[in-house]
Amino acid sequence: MAYPPAARSSPPQQPSVKVILASADVQRVVDRIAHQILEKTQGAANTVLLGIPTRGTPLARRLADRISTFEDVAVPVGVLDITLYRDDLRRHATRAVGPTELPPGGIDGKRVILVDDVLFSGRTVRAALDALNDVGRPASVQLAVLVDRGHRELPIRADYVGKNIPTSLAESVKVTLAEIDGTDEVKLYGGPAS
Amino acid sequence: MIKHLLSGGDLDVDTATEILDTAAEMATVAGREIKKLPALRGRTVVNLFYEDSTRTRISFEAAAKRLSADVINFSAKGSSVTKGESLKDTALTLQAMGADAVVIRHPASGAPHRLANWVDGSVVNAGDGTHEHPTQALLDAYTMRARLGRLAGLSVAVVGDVLHSRVARSNVLLLSTLGAKVTLVGPPTLIPVDIAGALAPGTDVSYDLDSVLPNVDVVMMLRVQRERMNDSYFPSAREYARRYGLDGPRMRRLPEHAIVMHPGPMNRGMEITPEVADSPRSTIVEQVTNGVSVRMAVLYLLLGGNNR
Repeated sequence: MAYPPAARSSPPQQPSVKVILASADVQRVVDRIAHQILEKTQGAANTVLLGIPTRGTPLARRLADRISTFEDVAVPVGVLDITLYRDDLRRHATRAVGPTELPPGGIDGKRVILVDDVLFSGRTVRAALDALNDVGRPASVQLAVLVDRGHRELPIRADYVGKNIPTSLAESVKVTLAEIDGTDEVKLYGGPAS
Repeated sequence: MIKHLLSGGDLDVDTATEILDTAAEMATVAGREIKKLPALRGRTVVNLFYEDSTRTRISFEAAAKRLSADVINFSAKGSSVTKGESLKDTALTLQAMGADAVVIRHPASGAPHRLANWVDGSVVNAGDGTHEHPTQALLDAYTMRARLGRLAGLSVAVVGDVLHSRVARSNVLLLSTLGAKVTLVGPPTLIPVDIAGALAPGTDVSYDLDSVLPNVDVVMMLRVQRERMNDSYFPSAREYARRYGLDGPRMRRLPEHAIVMHPGPMNRGMEITPEVADSPRSTIVEQVTNGVSVRMAVLYLLLGGNNR
């Protein structure tokens, strides 16, 4: 769930679409992040993956699945809904609240890896950090994203990045995942026509 | 989303379901170490209570505080109302103080509707006269759904003083919207003529509790208001209890899965015996807990976004 920054400009006159990652690429990228998590956390012990809805949720499940395939460790997966912690609640019509599901062992004292599809302004992650604060006290928090498109508005960076995509504010990045949209794809809309 | 919540009939199926679903998420907060959400930070909720109330006022206060709203409690006793201030002037005062929502309980039926025309913020009806009490109906529906897994197709008996009950009216409206079938049960003097048809088509009326009990999923007992006991609606409290009170033998005639509800406060020994009130079928304590979650959901959906 990418958070549009306040100063986003209007969509361009002739929208163009460019596929950045095709289905096989998305799977390779997820595999690589899973390997990186295993490497950086020395085997993913004491680790919990928390997906940020909507598309962070299936991504977190996939990462846990890949990690268990590669190293045979079961990493607990949960969902962290951030709706009530957003800083733009009042700018929009009331948003529906989604479920927050923590794994049975909780997150206290664990290494929590937040998982989202696109890292943009960083405001979603800030909201997630606030939400995390209210549901427990993790030992440490890391961030994994499929796409980092830049334009941060807060001092936030990802620990695991699937793909860096340099973008302009006029462009938008759309991630689709098989579990929700039927196909795995990352597309860039509104770039210079090629 | 609607701006005010004045009647159980204001809600269509989608809105009512959204409130119940949101309430289910709000309920998870109660199980946390930090029972607080930042969603209504900086919003002001005024509890404007012209009638005595314990659970409803406390429930709204807890709900607003858990969502980080600022709460101002106003009770008519000890306020300028005793000096003769009108509802409209009080409303304009609250308006001037920047109330984002007013939760009102008033002895006059229709007072919240009037108030809604005078203030810019949202108005939530917390019980007006003998008219409506929509958040009670929502928490009752939530409790039924939590215990029985569904609302559509449920058979619900509402038993007692329907004539003076705002809980009954709101429940009939909301439950029929959500697909449950309501039967109003009580002495003929306490069930208004043609109320069933006037409120929601498909609602039944019965004057015989014993014949209704074997076929219901939910029995909702209404409080017999003490001030009415000597008003010759029924010959004596004992006779009322014998014909319309829910006791152990009557409870055992209910289907295995059926639940017993009561909006509180109870007259133990009058409309419900302690054996029934304290049995595992009784949801009376759950109703209070669920009340906070449902009111959180209502306040969030009315105030959380920019719905103006």
